[in-house]
Amino acid sequence: MGEISLNINGKVEKHDVGDNTLLVDFIRENAGLTGTHVGCDTSQCGACVVHIDGVSVKACTMLAAQAQGSEITTIEGIGTSDALHPMQEAFKENHGLQCGFCTPGMVMSAIELVSKNKNASEKDIRDGLEGNICRCTGYHNIVKSVKAGAEKMGG
Amino acid sequence: MYSTKYMKPNSTSEALDAINSLGEGKFLAGGMTLIPTLKQRLANPDGLVDISGCDLDSIADEGETIKIGAMSRHVSVAESAVVKKAIPALAKLAEGIGDRQVRNRGTLGGSVANNDPSACYPSAVLALKANVHTNSRSIAADDFFTGMFETALEEDEIIESISFLKPTKANYVKFPNPASRYAMVGVFVAQFGDEVRVAVTGAGEGGVFRHQEMESVLSSNFSADSLSSVNIVSDGLISDLHASAEYRANLIKEMTKRAVV
Amino acid sequence: MSEGIGASVQRKEDKKFLTGKGRYTDDINRAGQVYAHFVRSDIAHANIKSINTKVAAEASGVVAVYTGEDIDVGGPICGWVVPNRDGSATHEPPHPLLAKGKVRFVGDAVAVVIAESLQEAKSASELVEVDYDELPAVVNLETASSGAEIHEGMAENRYFDWELGDEEATDNALNSASRVVKLTVRNNRLVPNPMEPRSALAEYDELNDSYTLYTTSQSPHLTRLVLAAFMFQIPESKIRVVAPDVGGGFGAKIYVYVEEAVCTWASKKIKRPIKWTADRTQAFLTDAHGRDHINNIQLALDSNNKITGLRVDTLANLGGYLSAFAVAVPTYLHGTLLSGLYDIPAIYTNVKGYATTTTPVDAYRGAGRPEATYLLERVMDQAAREVGMDQAEFRRLNFIPKDAFPYQTAVALQYDIGDYEPALDKAMEMIDYKNFENRRSEASKRGKYRGIGVSSYIEACGIAPSAVAGALGGRVGGWESASVRVDPTGTITVTTGAHSHGQGHATTFAQIVTERLGVPNSSVELVHGDSDRSPFGMGTYGSRSLAVGGVAISKAIDKIVEKSKKIAAHLMEASADDVEFKDGKFTVAGTDKETAFGDVALAAYVPHNYPLETLEPGLEETAFYDPMNFTYPAGTHIAEVEVDPATGVVEIVDWAACDDFGNLINPMIVEGQVHGGIAQGIGQALLENAHYDENGQLLTASYMDYCMPRADDLPSFKVGYTNTPCTHNDLGVKGCGEAGAIASPPALINAIINALSPLGVTDMSMPATPQKVWKAIQDSQSVAAE
Repeated sequence: MGEISLNINGKVEKHDVGDNTLLVDFIRENAGLTGTHVGCDTSQCGACVVHIDGVSVKACTMLAAQAQGSEITTIEGIGTSDALHPMQEAFKENHGLQCGFCTPGMVMSAIELVSKNKNASEKDIRDGLEGNICRCTGYHNIVKSVKAGAEKMGG
Repeated sequence: MYSTKYMKPNSTSEALDAINSLGEGKFLAGGMTLIPTLKQRLANPDGLVDISGCDLDSIADEGETIKIGAMSRHVSVAESAVVKKAIPALAKLAEGIGDRQVRNRGTLGGSVANNDPSACYPSAVLALKANVHTNSRSIAADDFFTGMFETALEEDEIIESISFLKPTKANYVKFPNPASRYAMVGVFVAQFGDEVRVAVTGAGEGGVFRHQEMESVLSSNFSADSLSSVNIVSDGLISDLHASAEYRANLIKEMTKRAVV
Repeated sequence: MSEGIGASVQRKEDKKFLTGKGRYTDDINRAGQVYAHFVRSDIAHANIKSINTKVAAEASGVVAVYTGEDIDVGGPICGWVVPNRDGSATHEPPHPLLAKGKVRFVGDAVAVVIAESLQEAKSASELVEVDYDELPAVVNLETASSGAEIHEGMAENRYFDWELGDEEATDNALNSASRVVKLTVRNNRLVPNPMEPRSALAEYDELNDSYTLYTTSQSPHLTRLVLAAFMFQIPESKIRVVAPDVGGGFGAKIYVYVEEAVCTWASKKIKRPIKWTADRTQAFLTDAHGRDHINNIQLALDSNNKITGLRVDTLANLGGYLSAFAVAVPTYLHGTLLSGLYDIPAIYTNVKGYATTTTPVDAYRGAGRPEATYLLERVMDQAAREVGMDQAEFRRLNFIPKDAFPYQTAVALQYDIGDYEPALDKAMEMIDYKNFENRRSEASKRGKYRGIGVSSYIEACGIAPSAVAGALGGRVGGWESASVRVDPTGTITVTTGAHSHGQGHATTFAQIVTERLGVPNSSVELVHGDSDRSPFGMGTYGSRSLAVGGVAISKAIDKIVEKSKKIAAHLMEASADDVEFKDGKFTVAGTDKETAFGDVALAAYVPHNYPLETLEPGLEETAFYDPMNFTYPAGTHIAEVEVDPATGVVEIVDWAACDDFGNLINPMIVEGQVHGGIAQGIGQALLENAHYDENGQLLTASYMDYCMPRADDLPSFKVGYTNTPCTHNDLGVKGCGEAGAIASPPALINAIINALSPLGVTDMSMPATPQKVWKAIQDSQSVAAE
């Protein structure tokens, strides 16, 4: 066991955990931020996507220790229910979610996608969401949401 | 995951000291294969040596070659102006590995050292006559890959960088496994003047391999049509629940045709 | 009204999900909680010679280790049985909570290790020694009857052998037909894969001798009933089941599984809260799978190409144990749908349900109806090809005419209403069917084979009329409950036994209240998912939440309105008979008297001016609604594809869906349900397959090998509607959750066959992987060359 200190959503989280602690477990169990989810064991579903220094990563495929010294942003850190992030707003307006389980990861991936490609086409969006699996929506409204989110974000 | 010790040295030599201090230590690069392996308790190393602090992520044009640090993330290679200018096919290959989040973490060195038979990078290393620079030597690509998940690397050897020879022309086309999105067949074609190298990944039972017959046909006539007469034998090709050896043989030819433009 | 029935109101539940504030089972922790990990069989079929837990029990952090010998309560039960052809009953072998003496599929739970941390539980699990005596695996459905005996005394591994329809009339039709179209199809086995894996957090309260179970359930009340009455045999009041936010279900979260029950049972043993959450591999191995039928079809046609009879002989793979509704899926949810939307005078079906040493199979989105639609729409296409008719026109010729409703089918159901041609016409228009051949030739110039495929479907939803279900072997009721509580300030709390795990009930159900009582949507709160807080209800499956649960809300509102009128009449000094209620206001006919709904609500709770002699104070009503019939959504989906002959890759280039769901409450949500259903159907047709090897190992037990549809696999969809409102419920609604998954697989397979028909290809099995399509092209070319 050792102390791991991470900056999550601007707050320092210092906890005594094993070196084998995954980033996603640190976020969920130690920092208590349960918006980041776990949907698979093989780094494919993307329910656990967070940003590390603005870059999207799968928090299930990283040790917490590897994220030391970085700024981590989770779904809880991008907007509040009173002031949604434009991408969150776009998902709400376009019915881009159903059960909500894949949604945090989907939104985090979408934000990075749009920040890299402001004029993403439908194909760009579909390709760019390769790392996020949704079982409910058939992606139709997610694609629509990301497009609308891009416009809101000033694309 | 079993309990383990995390170490993050600041140089290659410190990394070697660290790994030597462990019984069954493992180098941790991007972790895209290693972490899932650990999560499923398929390995039980007593320590992980994270080499992301060892300053191994530069990308440089060295005239004849492009030298890429082992810890360069796929996204860095995909977006590198240097790579895009000198070997756009390599940037294209990196852009097509896994998904965005995998590319943001996965590294060149990790992929090449692991030599997964369905990884993309080994085909580029082989086709682009790359030299793999380790802490102790340089290994020519033709000598580097020794079998599925096997390389010429010694236990305490670490890849520092890889130099890719600039081709006259090159292209990479992959047919992804629909589920995992790894290469079911990936073909890297590189032309160096009159010489053509064709490296195939995803298909060989022994991992990545060069296809001599297609190389010789393309060396005399670099066109997709010239490949029509080539018979790709399915012996030695992987047959699994996703694709038979026969289907993989078809894909090898088809992907090569698409790479020759 | 902009927030009432028919409005695309944005979902009330979205903000919490979008900001990471959803509360799923695994997000909940209790003080002193420990973790369970199950030791599972890695062999498909074996006798257990011995289990040694001694070393594991002494390992670091271990609190307890249990095996089947320790468990003193019953296991999962079967919720539906059918009579066999010979009059005997369905064989219901016991399913212990932890294996006793024998394992019957890879993943079968053999022991549970409970420890202070999950890592310790996992590590100790590796120390449990199980000595197996391996038996032959039984994997192949076609030869399951001659495989090794899986359940003691169950002959030929057959759970049941059931029939429906008139065999003699059907065989006569086949014998006298001018053409008999024959086809055998396989409905591939799927893994439901809701994105949230199953999870349980069980806590025992010593003071009250009662349990609380938080779990990923589509039907928390049924879970409580099964746990209390059938497994533990304790009063139901001693168990509280809470299904908080649930991340998708698709059928897989209807049933009570062994893991949830073991955690609940053990929480009393160790007197500490126990958490278990499946990882994805466990989900693949233990969530009930779906489909897995083989159907032999014979369709009789007369000389005018009208259908005169249909015979379907079905084998259904039900896995190592009989799951709760496993029997109903291939029988009453399948055999009864074989008439489709066609006028078929004689139908007969025989269904044999077999055990194999694989994961149990049960209802997955559509449950039985996708299998019925698939076989029917495949044979319809085959018939059209054989007689040389256009696929759409052949269907049109055989549709039940719109003046024939109510229509009694040859397989027990009576369709109350429908009109199938407009949906077909609209779908054809949406996809520009008439110009398809031009697109085919254009594609051919690019070296691609282009095809178009039609699928016209019907489903029976709103499960279920209790008397019908009971007569057919169902052991539960099919009603739903709702209670509507008007608060003194006029806000409304609705509680329902239905459960939302993505369907948007908080929004849709509120729209019904808004429409009927004139209160804003934001004033309506939905309470569900907690057996202590909502009335007993049956939960959410079978596209029933709106058609049964929504109607129960409407019935409760009827009672609210009736009582409110009496209060309003008193306030306005009028006769209740003269009071009218509209747009949230009570008026008296022929006068300008008026009182608002809020004033009536206040009067009900502050009854200073109130007819207390004749009327109770308060304004809260409960209704239980048991439907008179199923509802029958129907429609036509048309898929257009392009096949790359060099690789066999199928690209879906267009999709048109036209559905008749009756009245729509929230079109935005309905459209989302259609999209999601189509995506799962496309997954079945192109990508997904649960593949077992001959030893009973599931080779597709992770997303590395089981191909989930991703965004880049799918197109955008064109969705349209027709509407024949349901005749027997107050809202005129039918249900929409399963339609997409039912309609889409045959549309896609028919499109692929259509694309390759110039090559002589007439068959394609699911999933139509690139390799399979490529092989079909190769084989057709080698046939042509011979």
